[in-house]
Amino acid sequence: MKSILIKNGRIIDPSQNLDVQGNLLIEDAKIKGLCEATTTADEVIDATGLIVSPGLIDLHVSLCEPGFEEDETIESGTAAALAGGVTSLGCLPNTSPVVDDRSSAEFILLQAERAANCHVFPLGAATKNNEGKELAEIGQLVAGQAVGFTDADHPIENAEIMRCALEYTRMFDRPILNRPQVPDLTDKGQMHEGFHSTVLGLKGIPAAAEEIMVNRDIALAELTQGRIHLMCISTQNSVAQIRRAKQAGIQVTADVTPHHLTLTDQMLETYDPNYKVLPPLRSQEHIDALIEGLKDGTIDVICSDHTPHASEKKTDEILGADFGIIGLETLLPVCIQSLIIPGHLSWSELISKLTCGPAKILGLSKGTLADGADADVTLINPEIKYQLEPAHLKSSSQNTPFLGQELQGRAEIVIVSGEVRYRAEN
Amino acid sequence: MNIDHEYRTDISSGWTRKHILGLQDLSKDELNIILNQAAEFKRLAAIGETKLTPLAGTVVANLFFEPSTRTRISFGLAAKRLSADTVDFTASGSSLSKGESFVDTAKTIEAMGVSYVVVRHKTPGAPQLLAQHLDANILNAGDGTHEHPTQALLDIFTIREHFGKIEGLTVTLVGDILHSRVARSNIWGLKKLGAHVIVCGPTTLMPTELSQLDVEVSNNLDDVLDRTDCLNLLRIQFERQRGHFFPSIREYAHLFGMNKQRISKAKDDVLILAPGPINRGVEITPDVADGPHSVILGQVSNGLIIRMACLYLLHLQRTASLGIPG
Ligand SMILES: [Zn+2]
Repeated sequence: MKSILIKNGRIIDPSQNLDVQGNLLIEDAKIKGLCEATTTADEVIDATGLIVSPGLIDLHVSLCEPGFEEDETIESGTAAALAGGVTSLGCLPNTSPVVDDRSSAEFILLQAERAANCHVFPLGAATKNNEGKELAEIGQLVAGQAVGFTDADHPIENAEIMRCALEYTRMFDRPILNRPQVPDLTDKGQMHEGFHSTVLGLKGIPAAAEEIMVNRDIALAELTQGRIHLMCISTQNSVAQIRRAKQAGIQVTADVTPHHLTLTDQMLETYDPNYKVLPPLRSQEHIDALIEGLKDGTIDVICSDHTPHASEKKTDEILGADFGIIGLETLLPVCIQSLIIPGHLSWSELISKLTCGPAKILGLSKGTLADGADADVTLINPEIKYQLEPAHLKSSSQNTPFLGQELQGRAEIVIVSGEVRYRAEN
Repeated sequence: MNIDHEYRTDISSGWTRKHILGLQDLSKDELNIILNQAAEFKRLAAIGETKLTPLAGTVVANLFFEPSTRTRISFGLAAKRLSADTVDFTASGSSLSKGESFVDTAKTIEAMGVSYVVVRHKTPGAPQLLAQHLDANILNAGDGTHEHPTQALLDIFTIREHFGKIEGLTVTLVGDILHSRVARSNIWGLKKLGAHVIVCGPTTLMPTELSQLDVEVSNNLDDVLDRTDCLNLLRIQFERQRGHFFPSIREYAHLFGMNKQRISKAKDDVLILAPGPINRGVEITPDVADGPHSVILGQVSNGLIIRMACLYLLHLQRTASLGIPG
C-alpha cells in the first residue's frame, strides 16, 4: 500500500470546482483527498509553485502501431504523452490493419500495458477498414474495450452510413467522432483558401469544406439522437453551428487543437511543411471565433491531434509532404501561450478542457481528483521557460513547427495509477 | 577590347540580392536594374557583341524538375552568352518519388562546382527551399503555380520597350489566373512599376481574395478592351482543368479568345503578348497571333536577354560577397 503526499501545490480540479492551495494524498493507486501537510506518506513531493491537476486526457492521438512503426509506436507515443502530462489518451484506429475488430483493440491494450506509460483507450473504426462503406463490428469492439468510434482521418462521407453509425452506437452509449471535411472540396488542397493561398500559389481548402459536414452531422445527430463528436474544428461558422445545436439540445461535442489556436495560414509563407495540417491553419478571425467557442463552452475539449510522420514522409517540398504534426509534448505550453498568457481562459477553465471534458465524451471515470478516483495526477510548472530542442522529444517523429521556439510551462511530474512515471529533466 | 568595362556601368549598382525567387520580393529599383541591364545587353547584341565573358569559369546548373524545353533552352543559351559552363539536370516525374529528397539531388549537383542554380519545379516554394540549403545563387525558373519571375520580367520588358514606360499603362491579364505563376509574377512586377492591372477570365479561374493585390477583377473581356493598352493572353493549361472549370474550349474561345472582331474594339495601338506555347484558336486566333499587334516572337528573344541580365546580376552579387574585385 504505497502512499504519496503532494505538498503545497495549487490544486485545481474543475470536476469539483476546486482551486485551492493544499496537500493531496494518494494511497493504493487512488486519490485519498486533501490532507494536512504533516500527514505521513511513503513518498513526499514538494509541489511549491506547481499546479496539481488531474492527469491530462488527450481525446484522439495517432500511435501508428501496428503498421506504421517508423512514425511512432505505442511505447514511444505513450512516453511522449507522459512527457506532455497526458495520463490517458484515445488511440485512433488509423493503423494497418485498422482497429475494426475486437482482437485488434485488445492488441492496443496489450501493447499499452507492456509499455506501462499512460493509459490507452482504443477508439474503434466506425466502418470496416475505415472505408466508409459498411459498419465495423461495433459491438465486438465495445467488448474489446473501445470507447468511441471513428474513421480517424477519413471523414465519414456517406450520409446514410453516418446515420446508421449514430443510430447503432446509441445502443452502447458511445460517441461517433468524425473529422468534418467534404473530400470533394479538400482534394489536392494544401492550405486554407484565402489571400495567402492565392499569393503562394497553393491550392486552398475553403472553410465551407468543414462547415458543410458540420451542418450535416448536426442534422443527423438530431435525427438519430446519437452522440456526434466533431474533431479538430477550425472555422468561425463551425463554432456558430455547434453553438446553435447545443442550445437546441442536440448531442454534439467538439474539440480544437492548440496549433489551430496559435498559428495562422500566413505561416505557410515559408513553405515549411510543418505548417501543413488538416484542417488547415486558418486566419485570425477563425482563431478568434475558436477562442470564443472555448470560453462559452461551445468547444468542449482541446486535444493535440498528435500525428507523427517519420522525416522521410514529411519531405522538404510542401506538395509531397503528409499532413499533420506531433502535439503531445507541446499541448500544454501551446495552450498556455494561446489561452492563459493572453487571459482568454483561467487555469481552471483550461484544465477542464484537458481533463473532465474529454473524460465525459469518452465515458471514462478519469479526469478528476475526487476521493476514490484513480490516482492519475499531473504536476504542472506554469512559469518555466525553455527552448524546445529535438533532444527533448520522446516521440519517434519530430514534425512540429515549435522546434527551436521558446515555450512556457510543462509537466514537471506525472503520476499514473499512483506511481510516479515521469519527472522532467532540468 | 575589354567588353567587361564596356557594359559594367552604373546600371547595376545598388544590386545586392543573392537570389531571384520571385517578383513579390523585389523592389521597384531592383526591377528597374534588371530591365536596364537587359536593355544594355540588347544594345550590345545589336552591335554584334553576342559573346560576353563575365561568367567565364563559372558553372550554371539548370535543374528542371518539370519539363520545359523552351525555358530550358533560353536559360542555357543565356548562360553560354555570358561564357559560363552549364550542367543540365532534367528529372521526369517518376524520379521524384516520395522519400527521395529534392534538396539532396540539388546539393549533389552543387558539389560539382556550381555557383548559380536555375530551378524549375512543380512545387511552389522549391526555389526558396534551395536558397535555404545551398550556397549557390538561385534563380527561379517557375515553381508550380507560385511565380515565374523571368517570364514576367520579359513580358514587362517587352511592354516597356514598346511604350517606353510601364507607369500609367493598363495591362490586362486574360485567362487562367488561378493556375498561372506567370500571372502572379506579372501582377507583382506591373503594380510595383505603376501599371493598372486588370485580371480577366471566367470566375472559376480567378483565385480568391485577388482584389487584395490591388488589381481590378473582370469577367468580361469586351468590357475592358477599350481601356487596355496591353493584353497578356495566358495559356489555358488543359492538364490543370480537370474538366470542370469551364464547359468547353469553344465556349472559352467565344468569351475570352482574342480574335479579329475583338481587335477592332480595342485601342488602335493595343499590344498583344502571350507567354507561349499558345493554343492557336483558343486564346488567340492565328491571324491575330501573327498580326501587327502581336509581339509574341519578340518576347522570346527578350527572354534570352532578361535571363542574361538576371544571371549577370547574381554574378555581381556573388563576386562582391566573396570580395572579388569587379
Ligand atoms: Zn482534434
